[in-house]
Amino acid sequence: MPDEPVALQLTHDLTTGRAQSVADEVNNVVFNLADLRVSYGSYQAIRQVSLTIAKNEITAFIGPSGCGKSTLLRSFNRMNDLIPGARVEGLLAYHGIDIYGPDVDPIEVRRRIGMVFQKPNVFPKSIYDNVAYGPRVNHIKANMDDLVEECLTKAALWDEVKDDLKKSAYALSGGQQQRLVIARCIAVRPEVILMDEPCASLDPIATAKIEDLMRQLALEYTIIIVTHNMQQAARVSDRTAFFTAELDEDGIRHGRLVEYGPTRQIFSAPQDKRTEDYISGRFG
Amino acid sequence: MSASPTTAPDLAAEYSLRQTRSRAGEKVIRGILLAAAAVSVLTTVGIVLSVVIPTISFFSEIPVTDFLFGTVWTPLFANGQFGVLPLISGTIVITVIAVIVALPLGLGAAVYLSEYASDRSRRILKPTLELLAGIPTVVFGFFALEFVTQILLVRIFPGIDIFNALSAGLVMGVMIIPTIASLSEDAMAAVPSGLRDGSYALGSTKRQTAVKVVIPAALSGIVAAFVLGISRAIGETMIVTIAAGLEPRLSLNPLQGMQTMTSFIAAAGSGDLSTGSIEYKSIFAVGFLLFLLTFIMNIISIRLVRRYRQVYQ
Repeated sequence: MPDEPVALQLTHDLTTGRAQSVADEVNNVVFNLADLRVSYGSYQAIRQVSLTIAKNEITAFIGPSGCGKSTLLRSFNRMNDLIPGARVEGLLAYHGIDIYGPDVDPIEVRRRIGMVFQKPNVFPKSIYDNVAYGPRVNHIKANMDDLVEECLTKAALWDEVKDDLKKSAYALSGGQQQRLVIARCIAVRPEVILMDEPCASLDPIATAKIEDLMRQLALEYTIIIVTHNMQQAARVSDRTAFFTAELDEDGIRHGRLVEYGPTRQIFSAPQDKRTEDYISGRFG
Repeated sequence: MSASPTTAPDLAAEYSLRQTRSRAGEKVIRGILLAAAAVSVLTTVGIVLSVVIPTISFFSEIPVTDFLFGTVWTPLFANGQFGVLPLISGTIVITVIAVIVALPLGLGAAVYLSEYASDRSRRILKPTLELLAGIPTVVFGFFALEFVTQILLVRIFPGIDIFNALSAGLVMGVMIIPTIASLSEDAMAAVPSGLRDGSYALGSTKRQTAVKVVIPAALSGIVAAFVLGISRAIGETMIVTIAAGLEPRLSLNPLQGMQTMTSFIAAAGSGDLSTGSIEYKSIFAVGFLLFLLTFIMNIISIRLVRRYRQVYQ
């Protein structure tokens, strides 16, 4: 791959000291971000993000509203491309390849990097067709019945729906719909699953099921989750990145990465005062 | 407020739940709004009655079977025949041509506007398209006769009649594109963006997202748009009167002139038929049939819309 050496070079040039130290302890790097900036028109939503994401780990992005964590998450699979005026600068490398590079097909990016959204956005189709949608549009050759069963099983939904596969997905409860969306996501065999507040519209029982499921999925997938729920981040994630919204010299509000490290350390011994304040509920 | 003197007056006044102000305005408004609703209902009832009564009288002279299955329509001749099939065939041929033009173009325009166009081009294109719906149909009629037939079609089909079903159908199709495109686009724009995001996040292209997610999700609105467009085509009068001629003909050849139910009504109604004559009553019989057809179309569309309706949370 001709891009690879260039991308890696950039990483070394731009990575800040702190992210570099994290990178050193992360073994299997899936993503490497260096000075990533996302802007909408002339407004920079998030600035100077440098971090690495490890394989088969759950990385949580936490922080107050407006800190740009969802915006950052949507950069990982180029969903921001769909928003007119959105622009991503800096480096966001996936296995050393800049996913915003000139030869990169956003559709291929999204096939490898799946996403689960805040609201369970099941399609107005049957349960079966929801799961089969991704493999069909990507022309994945597989026995569809087996694939649907495999994915619903992995999403801990098979036992509840195996007799109703032809029923509309709208007949399911919110928690079941969210697990269906996860099954739909893994049906295209991604490596990474991005989750944007996946439990925000669920009750505590459904939330607990999704959290158990995430731990299961982490054995096979790399997961990045944005959450408002600090307990959730503490419960499920291996690493946590804390973001905050700040004003720059010109008084413009923007998001920034404050601290990134193993979840246990972030929650028990945060290095930054702002993290400590947020974790202990004094702010946000 | 007057509190009863036998109870503690202060308490009664302080906690009174009685109405303190007259609300006469409320009743007046209610009356005005009811009248507004009643006008259209009563008008509809009046129209139905004024069509049904001469129709019943018509069928007391002409048997229903002669009317529905007769193949010759010559009401204005001495010993005229009242077989409505030529008018029905003319209506169907022209409507089918219009639909063949308008469905793909209308749906295509809607998909483009809703899924492909940038915000800016949509803001320019949609009102422009809707402008097409504001052109008087008489203008479309002359456009069909003068331009489509005499400049375009005569070159492609040298033997074509000057008055022909093809030009009327084509131009009528163009006329109903905005109806279909605009209403379909509304239905697609109402599809939650979360569904699109979900589709794109699975590695779908724009085309796959539009065809497999957005159109199915918006289907009830799209079907309603189609049926409304077809109803407009069936009921359209000026274009066919001007461009398709006034000769009732039981034929499927679109290169010939044809008369539709509407153009018969317009032509006969503007002539000097004597009130109460059988020719005069035939106008109402045809009108009643037209009413039934569009009524059935509307019922079908309501059924379809209900069947495909999706409830978004």
